[in-house]
Amino acid sequence: MNIPFYYILKNFVARKLTAGITIGGIALVVFVFAAVLMMADGIRKTLATTGSEDNVVITRKSSTGEITSIIDRPTADLISTLQFVQKDEKGNALMTYDGVTVINAPKKDGGISNLAVRGVSETAMSIRNKITIVKGRMFTFGSRELIVGTALVKTFDKIDIGDKIKFGGDEWTIVGEMEAEKSGFESELWCDVRQLQLAFNREAFSTLTFRKTSDADIEMMKILFAGDKRLNQYEPENERRYFEKQSEAMRMFIQILGITITVIFSVGAMIGAMITMYAAVANRTTEIGTLRALGFGRSSILTAFLIESIITALLGGIIGIGMASILQFFSISTLNFGSFTELSFSFSMTSSVFSGSMIFSLVMGFVGGFLPALKASRMSILSALR
Amino acid sequence: MSALISISHLTKTYKREKQEITVLKDLSIDIEQGDFVALMGPSGSGKTTLLNIIAGIDRPTQGEVMIAGTNIGVLTETELAKWRSRHIGFIFQFYNLIPVLTAFENVELPLMLTPLSKSERRRQVELALSVVGLADRMDHYPRQLSGGQEQRVAIARAIASDPDIFVADEPTGDLDRVSAEEILTLLERLNKEFGKTIVMVTHDPSAANRARIIHHLEKGDLIPQGQS
Repeated sequence: MNIPFYYILKNFVARKLTAGITIGGIALVVFVFAAVLMMADGIRKTLATTGSEDNVVITRKSSTGEITSIIDRPTADLISTLQFVQKDEKGNALMTYDGVTVINAPKKDGGISNLAVRGVSETAMSIRNKITIVKGRMFTFGSRELIVGTALVKTFDKIDIGDKIKFGGDEWTIVGEMEAEKSGFESELWCDVRQLQLAFNREAFSTLTFRKTSDADIEMMKILFAGDKRLNQYEPENERRYFEKQSEAMRMFIQILGITITVIFSVGAMIGAMITMYAAVANRTTEIGTLRALGFGRSSILTAFLIESIITALLGGIIGIGMASILQFFSISTLNFGSFTELSFSFSMTSSVFSGSMIFSLVMGFVGGFLPALKASRMSILSALR
Repeated sequence: MSALISISHLTKTYKREKQEITVLKDLSIDIEQGDFVALMGPSGSGKTTLLNIIAGIDRPTQGEVMIAGTNIGVLTETELAKWRSRHIGFIFQFYNLIPVLTAFENVELPLMLTPLSKSERRRQVELALSVVGLADRMDHYPRQLSGGQEQRVAIARAIASDPDIFVADEPTGDLDRVSAEEILTLLERLNKEFGKTIVMVTHDPSAANRARIIHHLEKGDLIPQGQS
């Protein structure tokens, strides 16, 4: 039989000052830990929602991003005729020929950063149905006009409707602002792909994106591409998966760096918890002796002290996660290693972030409390009562 | 009929650094069911060690300790803990109440080791507290009670699980004369009215006189009756 829970709880309340300080320490570590996971998850979510499950992206093999991918027009035209590509009622392929380039512009908080300009075909708006013009109008095909992603407006200077941006030897006018369900497209400028090609004197495209037919299977497409001499330098990928992959380098970097730092922090928090629990054991030596004399076993004592430490960590974890949840109301912008352009994203509190942070805090409580609890359970009754 | 507590040729030695100290030396004693025994003797005579061995919180180095038909010297630690919870009621000099628990919760503690239901436990606790005259103090914390009241709560804790034997280590050592008398009267009642066996260590001759039998110890052995 275990020591009653109210004994554990009342002891916990009785040492509220030291327990409170320990809870605070654990809460801060969990806050940093959760924030890092939320940041990594936010990047993944932003880029994953950029793509659609129904679309397929074609890139040149081994290209690390859209900027380094090149597809010539004959190949693009060939791909548009493939059976996997959905056609409209007139028989035209539902495919956008995208050209992506990077320009730089001044940021609102000072300094200059890269931003992506995506040239698209007219079909882009119909296959990327997440795009909504929220201010102004859509750019006119055949003109040097741009629409700007809403995330860029918040981050970059002089990028509002009516502003002119100089690149590719010409001035481009911003005529509209678009929302794209918080996806990566909100961190881009869009224009007519043909105008972009002309401005940079290019014939090739960066990527092709088409709406696949309902029975098309991506693995089958990969096999077909690999087996065709004309297509084996290119690679089809599910659009959502493609953008998700683009977030991996950055996500990994943030996760590894962030988790390494928080693990170091957590050692401090665990030592804090350990010191508190050692003090609790030292202050309650006679109590431990009495409980043992009354017939409570070593395992009951071990469990009681361990639970006390875990309660401390649990509260720290809840507070830390609570503080981190506030971050959801903020979005930040940083350079995406995948595209070397600015990407705006929000901190995202997901169930995996929540459970990961809770487990992290409980592990801290367990590790911090185990040695003191073991010491308590190993005390001889006589020396404890003395 | 055999004695409730039968100790034969008990020796207890401790190792302190490299030195071996013999605290009890080939001691034999029988205590009958319903006895109220006082153990007296100078400091270091081994009386508390003997009490601790009877209570099952210390182990003999040699000899046999049979209590209610069980040789407690051979029990494993877990078995011994279970045995203590069933057979022994502890009364400590400094009461050893848990400060964060109310009188009720303190008395309920040993009952948590029994299969009693919550309502049965409540009944037992209320009964134990009324026996010691503190039924109206059950929600008080130890710090809200006087020394005498604290010791009465400790006695209620000891009697709540209805053990066979009470071991009391200087139960009046920390109390004023009036409170000490109250506690001794309570112990006498437990012995006479409820037939409980009590083994009490004391330095106080007037406390010892309330017992039915007084044993004197010196240098780890009993002094034969009449020689003390």
